[in-house]
Amino acid sequence: MKSLIAAKSWLLLGIVLAMVASHYSASFNRYDLGVWMDCGINIILAVSLNLINGHTGQFSLGHAGFMSVGGYTAAKISLVFSDSVPPEWHPLLLAAGMLIGGLTSALAGLFVGIPSLRLRGDYLAIVTLGFGEIIRVVFQNTEAVGGASGLSGIPKFTTLGWTFGLALVTIYVIASLVNSTYGRGFLAVSDDEVAASSMGVNPTRYKVTAFVIGAFFAGIAGALYAHHKQTLTPTQFDFMKSIDIVVMVILGGMGRTGGVILAAIILTWLPELLRGFSDYRMIVYSLLIITLMMLRPQGLFTLNFKRKKGKEA
Amino acid sequence: MVDKTIIFFQKSAFQFHLILDSFFQQLINGLALGSIYGLIALGYTMVYGVLRFINFAHSDVLMLGAYASFYLAPRVQMVVPLPGLPGAFIVMLLSALICAAIGMIIEFLAYRPLRSRPKLTVLITAIGVSLFIEFTCQHKAVFGATNRAFPKLIDFPNFTVLGLTFTSLNLIIVVVTAVLLAGMWFIVQKTKTGTAMRAVSFNQQAAALMGININRIISFTFGLGSALAATAGILYALGAPAIEPLMGIQPGLRAFIAAVVGGIGNLQGAVVGGVLLGLLETFAAGIPGLSTYRDAIAFAILILILIFKPAGLLGKATVEKV
Repeated sequence: MKSLIAAKSWLLLGIVLAMVASHYSASFNRYDLGVWMDCGINIILAVSLNLINGHTGQFSLGHAGFMSVGGYTAAKISLVFSDSVPPEWHPLLLAAGMLIGGLTSALAGLFVGIPSLRLRGDYLAIVTLGFGEIIRVVFQNTEAVGGASGLSGIPKFTTLGWTFGLALVTIYVIASLVNSTYGRGFLAVSDDEVAASSMGVNPTRYKVTAFVIGAFFAGIAGALYAHHKQTLTPTQFDFMKSIDIVVMVILGGMGRTGGVILAAIILTWLPELLRGFSDYRMIVYSLLIITLMMLRPQGLFTLNFKRKKGKEA
Repeated sequence: MVDKTIIFFQKSAFQFHLILDSFFQQLINGLALGSIYGLIALGYTMVYGVLRFINFAHSDVLMLGAYASFYLAPRVQMVVPLPGLPGAFIVMLLSALICAAIGMIIEFLAYRPLRSRPKLTVLITAIGVSLFIEFTCQHKAVFGATNRAFPKLIDFPNFTVLGLTFTSLNLIIVVVTAVLLAGMWFIVQKTKTGTAMRAVSFNQQAAALMGININRIISFTFGLGSALAATAGILYALGAPAIEPLMGIQPGLRAFIAAVVGGIGNLQGAVVGGVLLGLLETFAAGIPGLSTYRDAIAFAILILILIFKPAGLLGKATVEKV
């Protein structure tokens, strides 16, 4: 509990720092600022996927799908209302968009979570992949959100303060959820489903909860992404986007929040710094996945190495 | 009034004829597509049978099969005339052998060291292998990301039966698949290696105690599955406008779904699932409102099957013992 109170003060400090940074952001290099916002969004995505793939031990390949649900919902809200609302209310509009986008996305998560009751491992991976594809195809065929050409001209509401503030909120909420008495259930499901259910932990309920919460934050990240990039097309949220997020979680170590955050920042900056190297980016990613799985399945940055020691047996 | 009714009937009779026409054509198209799915699905289901994981790289072996014959065709043409049946047979055989070797190498390098690890680790590695093959092949020093025209291995003229026009390619696909399935059945049911394969998928430990070399059998399974995938890739490429390094993903996913629909680990189920999926997809593509959702149909079927009959159509429900 003590660490949680400490975490709370860190959270407050972090948010204050993010607001200060946001206030002075006009004087930053625009390009750097953009990449840092990407970092914040990716942290939200990676940490929320980590709840599903890491802490709960499920394997979802459809995070980009949840992200697109939130992104499209929020973008549509902004496009419809931004002209009729005075400019000083715009942050409120973004907040409303994010909340509604997050909730819609959580609903989608519930929808995916329910068939996952009896699926595990590879089946679940394929089903989530399938849901991601279905969501993409539906957006591609819905004229209200622009069909295959997508939405453009979304107002630029996302700021550094929003992204990092919400990244901190995500980290805080998920970390304190997993560290709570209730949250031990996620780890129990991950460690041994049969043992967990015989101890009175309902694996299905925990799995669905993980999906819903993960999807909620992915939706928020999608909303921030929409108001940052200002255009949305269905192809932005394909299978490769999901893989990008999965690589962050694997690299950081599944179930290790600190490592995942670090991996999200590194994997956002690395492609920017190595522009000339872009032909090799995905080849390196895939080799990294294979080598990590063979040599260090616990992830590259093992910050918390007490847990899961005996799991590989 | 009467005139109108007659016109209506004439019209609908004509439409009925059209519907019947397209029905048979779609049926053949669906069967051909379905047999390709079935061939790929066999590879998924066999590997699942012996190792209990999804070989994500299987769809890329299919692509490699198409590329192997793309590069082999001009060389074979120097010896045997192409397009022609003997030439096509040699190209297919060589591509299948190359892919069988590739499949065995993948198993040896990537999956064998992880055999005693948790399932999730192997699954992630399989995704990694798949991405590695895809992106390496997309690199300009390997195949390049551009579309290539697939060489014409065999002539397939259109022919007409009872006023209906069919392309003989679809017929060739169905016949080749039937021959391969018969061969598969013979290998799995009648040969010593096939018996060993069934023993390994039934109980690996007991099979090892009976003196079966597990590693050799698993390697053989990968080789056989990859050879089938390569053949399927070539058949697929013959009908496709062009080949490219990501061409395996979509048929691969459908075939995986076919394997699950039929009951994963079940060989007949894989073929039944493949044909079913091929037919459903072809017919759905013909319905105006549904055609744009074609990509989502296979996944929707998968989700329905997993909810209502998770063991698949021909699979037996198993109880997990602790």
